[in-house]
Amino acid sequence: MKQRKLRWMMLAFVLMTIMTLGACKKKVAPPPPPPPPPPAAPTASLTANPNTVEKGGSTTLTWQTSNATDVSIDGVGAVQPSGSQSVTPADSTTYTLTAKGAGGTQTATARVTVTAPPPPPPQPSATEEELFSQTVKDIYFDYDKSDIRTEEQSSLQGDIEFLKQHPNISFTVEGHCDERGSTEYNLALGDSRANSVRNALVQGGVAADHVKTISYGKEKPFCTESTEQCWQQNRRGHFVYGK
Amino acid sequence: MKRFFLLLLPLFLLTSGLAQDWIKTGTGLGVEKVRLAVPDFNASTQDAKNADLLKAFNETLWNDLDNAGIFDMVSKSFYPLGQVGTPADVKFEGWSAPPPNAAMLAFGNLGVSGNGMTVQGWLYDVKNVTSPQVLGKQYQDAATTDAARTTAHKFADEIIFRLGGGIPGIAESKIYFVSSRSGHKEIWAMDYDGANQHAVTHLGSISLSPRVSPDGSRIAFSSMTKSGWEILMYSLDLDRLVSFPRFGGTNLSPAWSPDGTKIAFSSSRSGDPEIYAVDSSGAGLKRITSFKGPDVSPAWNRKTGTQIAWVSGRTGLPQVYTMEADGTNVQRLTDQGYAVSPAWSPNGQFLVVSWMRKYGPGAPGAQDIYIMDIASKQWVQLTHDGGRNDFPYWSPDGRHIIFQSSRAGSLQIWTMLADGTNQKQLTFAGANSQPNWSWK
Repeated sequence: MKQRKLRWMMLAFVLMTIMTLGACKKKVAPPPPPPPPPPAAPTASLTANPNTVEKGGSTTLTWQTSNATDVSIDGVGAVQPSGSQSVTPADSTTYTLTAKGAGGTQTATARVTVTAPPPPPPQPSATEEELFSQTVKDIYFDYDKSDIRTEEQSSLQGDIEFLKQHPNISFTVEGHCDERGSTEYNLALGDSRANSVRNALVQGGVAADHVKTISYGKEKPFCTESTEQCWQQNRRGHFVYGK
Repeated sequence: MKRFFLLLLPLFLLTSGLAQDWIKTGTGLGVEKVRLAVPDFNASTQDAKNADLLKAFNETLWNDLDNAGIFDMVSKSFYPLGQVGTPADVKFEGWSAPPPNAAMLAFGNLGVSGNGMTVQGWLYDVKNVTSPQVLGKQYQDAATTDAARTTAHKFADEIIFRLGGGIPGIAESKIYFVSSRSGHKEIWAMDYDGANQHAVTHLGSISLSPRVSPDGSRIAFSSMTKSGWEILMYSLDLDRLVSFPRFGGTNLSPAWSPDGTKIAFSSSRSGDPEIYAVDSSGAGLKRITSFKGPDVSPAWNRKTGTQIAWVSGRTGLPQVYTMEADGTNVQRLTDQGYAVSPAWSPNGQFLVVSWMRKYGPGAPGAQDIYIMDIASKQWVQLTHDGGRNDFPYWSPDGRHIIFQSSRAGSLQIWTMLADGTNQKQLTFAGANSQPNWSWK
């Protein structure tokens, strides 16, 4: 019986030892106490949308900061800690956001690229056409005639000068006639008038392949009264730009 | 029958004397006119459509015979009482004695049965009681007013052929012209009496100077295309444009040779408007004239096909000339003023032209139709009624002239007999010009 008692005691001892050893280990490595929090550093972000604009266009800057007491953007000035604002940079610009706080200073940048405006829509032809219609004068004819009369020479010389200065212009000379006489003969006469003007232009140095001719005879009168004044209006070589 | 030979003879005898005489002789007009009575046709069935068809038939037949220019139409107020629908109804003495005093009687009947129409027509020499029948015809067609008009044209042409010196009538002929009533100048067609007007082209441009081929199958005309004025060819058989070469420059006023193998026209492809001829297929282009100044509006001698009349501005104001088809033997026909639009008569003897004899600043500028004897260069004025009269053209029988006139206030198409009488307006809607009569 004595032996049994001993065995129980030994077992208990071992158990206690194990338990004691286990407890002792925990007490050896306790977590360190948290350090006192340092002052928080500010954060900052800045974006520009869109980041590429045409000259004269505007873009929107959007920013966010935290832990900052003093927020400013170069070229814009002091701003709210978070917000957005539209800007219209004249040239490509890098915007810098500075956020200052007790924890320090943080900066963020956003680049806005300003592109040159696209070339203006090609309008040289429109202006050339305007010049053409302002400058080039129709050539008027005597009745039943297709030769260029003396008093039309100044108009003709002006036309030649302008057309030689603008050698890229293509145009049509329309031959027109007054209402008298036959449809068929007037179409032939109108053809002669248009060719007469064309020949004079080409002789004056205008490129022949830029001049087309067409006869309208009496099919498209400028004036429809049966008077000599009106008939004279209709007997002409009429210049039409770009055909 | 002796009467009929008398009608034929003057066609071959060119008598001198008064100008009016040679026109009438040369055109088959002016000989003693046959007194013709044409009582309205009767209904031969009970159909409800008879009335409308008879009205169209009777009006058309009367107008065709009246227009022919060779009949003295007996006024209906002189006719004996009672209807004349069949030979049994003819009471000879009632027609041959005064007041009707008719030499000839055209009569008959029309009946609709179902969708069909039957027309019977007779022509009687009422002074020849024993053997009066000159003509007896029966026609069958659809029961429509169009068919009734066509049948009347056919019967009228039979009568005209028998009594008019063997020259076929023109009641079935067509007229092509330019009309702007759609908003653009297009080529139009109508029956010779102005009925059935309809557009042929729908090009939306400016189309002018229609000339129908001698066989009636094609129309050549001038149209403003993207590349300028070109001669275009329209097939009436296919009802569409068919290909024809583009020549460049301004191409105007096509004219068919009488055998249909060639087309003469004006082209400025060389820089100056000249007369050219080309095969009607478009091949074989040949220049005929070469003289500075506009040359335009060619017209072939319709009898021989070996000469061309045309308009030239080589001396200033346009004048009418003739030449051989190869360009030789140029003769000037008009001596002054402004002369255009020559058209050669079917018998080759005459030209009609449009002429302002006193043209220029301050001149009143009346533009009238003249007929000119080519051999003698004698001329007679046919219109005197004011306005501008232009583009005369002959009917196939040479007895009529169609032309355009502004006398009614707008440009319209008129017809007259070749001696200037019986002038009638055919078109009324929009502006209509440049008439061209089919060759048969």
